[in-house]
Amino acid sequence: MLIRILPELGHFALILALGMALLQALVPLAGATTRRPLWMAFAKPMVRGQFAFLVIAYLCLTASFALDDFSVAYVADNSNSLLPWYYKLSAVWGSHEGSVLLWVLILGGWSFAVSLFSRRLPQDMLARVLGVMGWISSGFLLFILLTSNPFERLLPNVPSDGADLNPLLQDFGLIVHPPMLYMGYVGFSVVFAFAIAALLGGRLDAAWTRWARPWTNVAWAFLTVGIALGSWWAYYELGWGGWWFWDPVENASLLPWLAGTALIHSLAVTEKRGTFKNWTVLLAIFTFSLSLLGTFLVRSGVLTSVHAFANDPSRGTFILILLGVTVGLSLLIFALRAPRVQSLSGFGWLSRDSLLLINNILLVVMTVTVLLGTVYPLLLDALDLGKISVGPPYFNALFVPLTALLCLFMGLGPLARWKRMPGRELVRRLALSALLAVVIAAALPLLYGGSWSLGVTLGLLLALWLVLSLVRDVLDKSRSAQGRMAGLGKLRPAYWGMVLGHCGLAVTIVGVAMVTHYNVERNVRLAPGKSVEVGGYRFAMTDFNEHRGPNYVADTATIEVTRPGRSSFVMQPEKRFYLASGMPMSDVALRPGLLMDLYVALGEELDGGDWSLRIQLKPFVRWLWLGGLIMAAGGILAVIDRRYRRESKRSTVVREDAGSEAMLITAAAGKGAQ
Amino acid sequence: MRANRKRRLVIVVGLVALVAVAVGLTLYALRANINLFFTPSQIAAGEAPHDRTMRIGGVVKKGSVERSGDSLQVAFSVTDFASDVRVSYDDILPDLFREGQGVVVIGRLRDDGEFIAQQVLAKHDENYMPPEVAEALKATGNLPDGSVPSS
Repeated sequence: MLIRILPELGHFALILALGMALLQALVPLAGATTRRPLWMAFAKPMVRGQFAFLVIAYLCLTASFALDDFSVAYVADNSNSLLPWYYKLSAVWGSHEGSVLLWVLILGGWSFAVSLFSRRLPQDMLARVLGVMGWISSGFLLFILLTSNPFERLLPNVPSDGADLNPLLQDFGLIVHPPMLYMGYVGFSVVFAFAIAALLGGRLDAAWTRWARPWTNVAWAFLTVGIALGSWWAYYELGWGGWWFWDPVENASLLPWLAGTALIHSLAVTEKRGTFKNWTVLLAIFTFSLSLLGTFLVRSGVLTSVHAFANDPSRGTFILILLGVTVGLSLLIFALRAPRVQSLSGFGWLSRDSLLLINNILLVVMTVTVLLGTVYPLLLDALDLGKISVGPPYFNALFVPLTALLCLFMGLGPLARWKRMPGRELVRRLALSALLAVVIAAALPLLYGGSWSLGVTLGLLLALWLVLSLVRDVLDKSRSAQGRMAGLGKLRPAYWGMVLGHCGLAVTIVGVAMVTHYNVERNVRLAPGKSVEVGGYRFAMTDFNEHRGPNYVADTATIEVTRPGRSSFVMQPEKRFYLASGMPMSDVALRPGLLMDLYVALGEELDGGDWSLRIQLKPFVRWLWLGGLIMAAGGILAVIDRRYRRESKRSTVVREDAGSEAMLITAAAGKGAQ
Repeated sequence: MRANRKRRLVIVVGLVALVAVAVGLTLYALRANINLFFTPSQIAAGEAPHDRTMRIGGVVKKGSVERSGDSLQVAFSVTDFASDVRVSYDDILPDLFREGQGVVVIGRLRDDGEFIAQQVLAKHDENYMPPEVAEALKATGNLPDGSVPSS
């Protein structure tokens, strides 16, 4: 009996969660301004209750999918009784309503995590942080309940079977990509809430940055993995062999990533040197706003893209208002409160401070160029000035040189000292790395296929410059009286995190340079018994037959691949026809390798039993995503640094005179620690 | 103090100059890479420029697809039910390319009026009509029933 009303239970749980979110938004913030500990103490239980109800709502929807309850409209639209169970469970976030529910659930999860790991936070700070997150959560819960209720029923005419999940989404990528991406998007809400709380409370010190940095790193790491997974998914699923299309939806995830990367670096300056404070806060606001913009772009249906499925305009308006209110309010708070936070010390032209400033400027310029290319067509369309699109050449023309410039300074950054550094010393320490990078980068392409290419050399040069200067830095820093190993052991996790993060970018750059320039693509016409040679491999179609999958029928080509002197292997690309939706889909055959991917996709049936095929050789394509994973690992590694976990010496609670900002003052331990 | 202020001035001027250069380059790159959208009727009326990358959209005319016997070369007509444009393409058509369905084609218009496609887009949804195409068809009064316009 209970099973029948699961959707209603879920709906009810959502309403309760909204109630708690509203309380969480109002009471603790009011408590922090009027200094009432009891009101402030409201934050934690509300967060936990809200999270519990969100989990219940989410489980109810998942259960409806698992039990094939096609009376629920969302389930009927996105599932089918033939769908394998793992796709039924991930179909929950396969379309609009469910993915917004996932968004809110993850927000609830992040708030819950903040409430768990907040023992070192002063009570008023925690109340404000959770209060701000309560506002965001209320906004999105209202959005779900008013415009996109996933629990809506199709009564009394219940369909006998569902319309099936979009075949493009019936893939492992759907299981992992959206949750990772959302963990990143939504994770930036934490540092946003910290920034707003610091503005409201008027405290923006080294302790604040030590609270905010781990959350930022973790969110950034998730977003990095999410983007890498998305690129990998597009690569094998869309069947064109591309790995980045400068599609607006991809850009929507890249924007907060770029801003978040800038934020990570400016947080470092704020922690170590106490400067860039306003800038850091502003970046925190922008990063989360860009996450919201991404959500708006994807969920409002303003985009013509493979990701934007049918939506209705009221949703777009709602998210746009939500975005406007968030950006407007937070900038207003910034304008009113920011002058109170002051930074003191200056720095020289050549110093880590100034290099990180350059890093920030470049990253912001990159963000703005991508933003412009993404939003400009939408703006023109909205103003009825014509329909245009901005193609990949625009993004490549700007993004590639900016990345090169960024890498140039990235090589210098880790070796430079804070505040001031003589240029001669920097040159002395880096001359060898630079020379080695140039020599190896010029020679390596010749060793690799023999065909020298400027693009590859430049890409390798940048990557080697990054890695070799880091090697030099590690060697310098691990010098120790007790020997090299002891010196290496003394280097802190935060430092290794930085090294990994930068090396990850180098790996990605190698991947981009190699696959862009040494990529071999041929579209061929093939029939059983015929063969073709591409890039030294012989592809022979030996067989072609039909088989039946759980919810599709497929034409499968069997292709034997041989290479002189090597053992042969078989690749089997498919063309599937999904029964419930009547949609065709290509299933790519891949032979992955660390140095080379072979990629075969079936195109279409031509006259006389011939088929068109895409055959591609993709050298180093795995490095793209491997680099992303290494970067993310670096972000996580930096978080386990002990200084974020050091128990601060809590001074006793002091009642301040009226007129001062904070009632509870916790002395931050190790202020200005190196 | 004065030295400090002077340095700040240099920083600000430097930043402004950098931003100006960045904005200038960006606008230049944007101008060079904007793809305008045209309908078959606009092309027939001679409104579309030649030898510039652009996008056209409409419905693939029934019975217009012609394939070459020994290569991947394919040609088809895109129509908004008022005028047609002949498109030729030397690549693999997307899974959802079908006669009678909406497509968007990116490419260049040759002087003889043939459109050389670089990319053909068909949406992964049976009932979907690209918003540009839906609008173009509405303009000629030929939007077929059952398609979902501009979503």
